[in-house]
Amino acid sequence: MSYVLLRHREIPDIQKLEVYKKNGGFEAFKKVVTQMKPNEVTDMVKNSGLRGRGGAGFPTGMKWSFIDNKIWPHYVVANGDESEPGTFKDREIMEKNPFQFLEGVAIASYAVGATAAYVYLRGEFWKIAAFLDEKIAELEEAGYLGEGLFGTDISLRIYTHLGAGAYICGEETAMLESIEGKRGQPRIRPPFPAVHGLYGKPTVVNNVETLTNLPMIIANGSDWYKTMGTPDSAGVKIFSLSGRVRKPDNYELPFGTTFRQLIYEHGGGVQEGRPVKAIMPAGASSSFIVVDDKVLDTPMDYASVRTLGADLGSASVIVIDDTVSIDWTIHKTIHFFEHESCGKCTPCREGTYWMSNIMERLQREEAGQADVDLLLNVARQMQNKCLCPLGEFSTMAVVTGIERFPQDFKKAVEPGIERLPDEFKKVVSQNL
Amino acid sequence: MSLAKKYPGEVKRILAKYPPEYKRSAVMPLLYLAQSDAGYITKAAMQDIADLLEISLTDVGALVGFYTLYHDKKEGRYRMQVCTDLPCALRGADQFLESLCANLGIQVGETTPDGSITLEAVTCLAACDKAPMFQIQARDGLEYHENMTVDRTMELIDALRKVGGEVE
Repeated sequence: MSYVLLRHREIPDIQKLEVYKKNGGFEAFKKVVTQMKPNEVTDMVKNSGLRGRGGAGFPTGMKWSFIDNKIWPHYVVANGDESEPGTFKDREIMEKNPFQFLEGVAIASYAVGATAAYVYLRGEFWKIAAFLDEKIAELEEAGYLGEGLFGTDISLRIYTHLGAGAYICGEETAMLESIEGKRGQPRIRPPFPAVHGLYGKPTVVNNVETLTNLPMIIANGSDWYKTMGTPDSAGVKIFSLSGRVRKPDNYELPFGTTFRQLIYEHGGGVQEGRPVKAIMPAGASSSFIVVDDKVLDTPMDYASVRTLGADLGSASVIVIDDTVSIDWTIHKTIHFFEHESCGKCTPCREGTYWMSNIMERLQREEAGQADVDLLLNVARQMQNKCLCPLGEFSTMAVVTGIERFPQDFKKAVEPGIERLPDEFKKVVSQNL
Repeated sequence: MSLAKKYPGEVKRILAKYPPEYKRSAVMPLLYLAQSDAGYITKAAMQDIADLLEISLTDVGALVGFYTLYHDKKEGRYRMQVCTDLPCALRGADQFLESLCANLGIQVGETTPDGSITLEAVTCLAACDKAPMFQIQARDGLEYHENMTVDRTMELIDALRKVGGEVE
């Protein structure tokens, strides 16, 4: 199969404009500007079945159609804040196939009538921002961005905006706050960004991977896109595979590829040939999937993963083998959320702090069953009460970990029962 | 000297990114500029940015406190920030960091006595497949170092100490 998104793996110099152009670059943007009405572009994307790749899986064309056409100007914001533990796909796209991403930003901007678009990058992507600035300047020079594009009265500018180390800015309203020069704290919704977004104006926020699909959908048609993937989840997805596998990497595969194919055929299997114990399919925000043969043969699409009591999210598949204890795993994810909680709403600010506290006690072997009960209690109290998904996500691993791996917690709190040795810690120490 | 006087071209380029009526948006890039100028963000720089954007000093300071890549204290010339989140830890990031601490004779969060390296544990840097990894935050930007070993890291630290010694 040839690549749809990671095309640099086949076309090495695709980050050069002339090479990108030789491979069809900017034909799609030219086509939409000169031959299609904005609503026709939106309909085409709707028909393609493209869903948001940032984690929520919301249909992209439908998101665009919510934009308020009574209020102007409109903005497009590309979400390149990629900070979920386990996710490293947008970085590869922007570093290696930048023009296809930028053409996607341009197509989305035309579809929703935006004349300015911002690419929000996490602060750690400082070099990528400078790289994209160069690429944007090249596009302005070549007449693909700027005023009067392709002899029409359409104009578009794209700007980069660097964050400064805050996971929460990946939440779309926190991201808008951050671009406005404020602390990245989520807004209360409604109103949604499609009505009241950047500078109070209608705004579409799309993930980098989502946008990078657009030039190929316009060029090849929505029916072509639907030939890949499943009826529920059309097209291809970049699966970021990490954890205890032999070959962690990004793998661009059609939706519906099974966990077994991803982990064994592509990822080379588990290190030391150990069995897979658990899968976190959506990074640190995941519910744990208890793994058996049937689970490994489950297709990775939004609907099928849901039948396992988890969400596919951004498809950041973290593989956990039988040498890793689940209580230690949760200790890690909770530390992350406690650190990244923005502090605006009480359930998340206090809840992540309490959960982190209890987990630390548990790791020091100072906790008992009552602490595990308290941990579960805190997590359940947070659920459905947080202002944004960060707080909700922080409870996923806690609740499903305790419910689905009770034996690990027994070992962690009951004196006389030997704790899981976390053998992987010895294994990794040998390769440092 | 104010940033606008010292770096007129850069300040103008930053302001041009945002609608003139929303120039507050420029506060984050201006904070980066101030940080690269002095090595950290001084109170005077915050006041300067506040004046330039017609917002309060508190508005600027609140951002410095909120975002982890801004620093209002002088620390080591190089901040070595090792990711120890779950995927990296599954590839040995915790043991890697412990080993660095032992080699440098400092704890996480501390700076080497010569003032060159501040060692920090940080959250996800979007490099989960290439752990152990860290970024080095210096005055002039950020650099990723991936698939690292302790030996190669110590060589890198030696090299940085030499560079730092010549500059300062």
